[in-house]
Amino acid sequence: MPVDIDATVIANRRLSADYNVLSLAAPEIAASARPGQFVMIKTSGGQDPLLRRPFSIFEILRDESGRPAAVSIFNKRIGAGTTLLSRVEPGTRLPLLGPLGRPFEPVDPPAAAWMIAGGVGLAPFVTLAAALAARKTPATLFYGARRAEELHCVELFEAMGIRVVLATEDGCRGAHGRITVPLEAALHDRPLGNPVKLYVCGPTPMMRACAHLAAVHGRACDVSLEQVMGCGLGGCYSCVVLARGAGGGAPHHTRTCIEGPVFDAQRVVWEAVAGH
Amino acid sequence: MDYSVTVGSLTLANPLIAASGCFGYGVEYADVVDLASLGGVAVKGLFLAEREGHPPPRIVETPSGMLNAIGLQGIGVHRFISERLPELRARRAVVIVNICGTTLDEYVELARILSDAQGVHALELNISCPNIKEGGITFGCSLPGTHDVVSAVRKVTRLPVIPKLTPNVTDVASFARAAEDAGADAISLVNTFLAMAIDVHTRRPKLTNIVGGLSGPAIRPIAVRMVYECRRAVKIPIIGMGGIATADDVLEFMIAGANAVQVGTMNFVDPFIWTKLMDGIRAYMDGHGIVRLQDIVGTVDTSAREKAWISS
Repeated sequence: MPVDIDATVIANRRLSADYNVLSLAAPEIAASARPGQFVMIKTSGGQDPLLRRPFSIFEILRDESGRPAAVSIFNKRIGAGTTLLSRVEPGTRLPLLGPLGRPFEPVDPPAAAWMIAGGVGLAPFVTLAAALAARKTPATLFYGARRAEELHCVELFEAMGIRVVLATEDGCRGAHGRITVPLEAALHDRPLGNPVKLYVCGPTPMMRACAHLAAVHGRACDVSLEQVMGCGLGGCYSCVVLARGAGGGAPHHTRTCIEGPVFDAQRVVWEAVAGH
Repeated sequence: MDYSVTVGSLTLANPLIAASGCFGYGVEYADVVDLASLGGVAVKGLFLAEREGHPPPRIVETPSGMLNAIGLQGIGVHRFISERLPELRARRAVVIVNICGTTLDEYVELARILSDAQGVHALELNISCPNIKEGGITFGCSLPGTHDVVSAVRKVTRLPVIPKLTPNVTDVASFARAAEDAGADAISLVNTFLAMAIDVHTRRPKLTNIVGGLSGPAIRPIAVRMVYECRRAVKIPIIGMGGIATADDVLEFMIAGANAVQVGTMNFVDPFIWTKLMDGIRAYMDGHGIVRLQDIVGTVDTSAREKAWISS
């Protein structure tokens, strides 16, 4: 059950000109959040911007005694709301609603889990990586960005024993090109008898390409979709994507806030998803 | 203290109603809001059949507001009755069903079906959605159309009939009068203002539907003015709405002439807004020695404009 709290900003860690990690005291949300769930944050005290913004829960932060005490978000400065969140000072209180949405279902060993992140799409994978590590599922993070300076927080994954494969479009770090290049090679090399599930979050063209690769190689694939959201609770019908029902059938406009953000990639009608 | 409001045969415990299109079918909010604590729940607009609505993007923010062009996506009246109404009934919600048709006959058919369903307390006639081409608004933008649809529905139901008026007309009060003459138990206003936003870099509209309806605090003063004009034109109860964010906003609408209010856009921003509004109303009544909330309805004092201090 989601709660709404006036969460105090504990820390605002700048990663680069465009990226920051914002930590917010929110014990109730931290305690009940599951991998891949999101929160709705009011980025300003006033009415511009008016609506809250959805953010994947990036990390669950614990106090000295190990109890969940706070959550962080992985913020990329894009529009008005994310610009405010890039500058927010510790001590500020921000309304925080969550946890929301359908979470990732981590696979158990001997199946492997491959997380594929593009840019700010890294956001939902720290919580998933922790859940995978807890069940000793062999896990790999494929993480791509345009430039080396846009790759962040890789150490969080390495600390959990996650194998990391990087790619940059300028070739300065990791494989040269898009992350789908090393992903495709890995899919090609993996014997069919070795199960693996893909988890994808990133720009729409990248998710579409990953969904296609997963289908071609016969692998299960979940995607975490980001759409413009009004409420996060299923009230406004703003955040829909065209998706088939879990049992198949004709595609319908489906709310990403309550039926997602995590979807089986094969359910999504990718031609209809707005690209960005 | 008495917060109750009477709309035709229906008595609401308080004047706060969740606005249609902003609260799903109510059940989506059952975990965060005690539905029985609301004056009423106006569920998302229903056609006879299911509808897919418009392709996204469906909303865009504007200063102190938002545009929407959802396009009345919905599950249709039959699935609503079988899949959503039982839970609303179990949660003891006062259910106001917002209905939309493309023809007069469809409104009548919807009214008949819903009058037989257990747990429906009133019908709100959507004759004002700006986002669909067919039906709806074509009734709401014509005085005879408004009269015809209200009187046709009136004939087939005992439920309170509440046409929801569009602000996209020159003289909203004349539409209020047409609704009252046709036998409406109340009117609700305003629906959203037809509006547009353009991305200057791509020169494309920000909504797939090109235009959409503006809601939120940006429209509130216009909505208050329209409620005020309608209060002077009709005797039936008025349900006012348009960007209500605080208890003072509720009170402003009521003083302008609304008997009850709906909250829409700000429920997106704060789904827990309802208890805050009630607390604020209670504090106001305490502070002003008001025991019956309806006593403030339409009490705006315009005599001050005659006084010297305002013209000096």
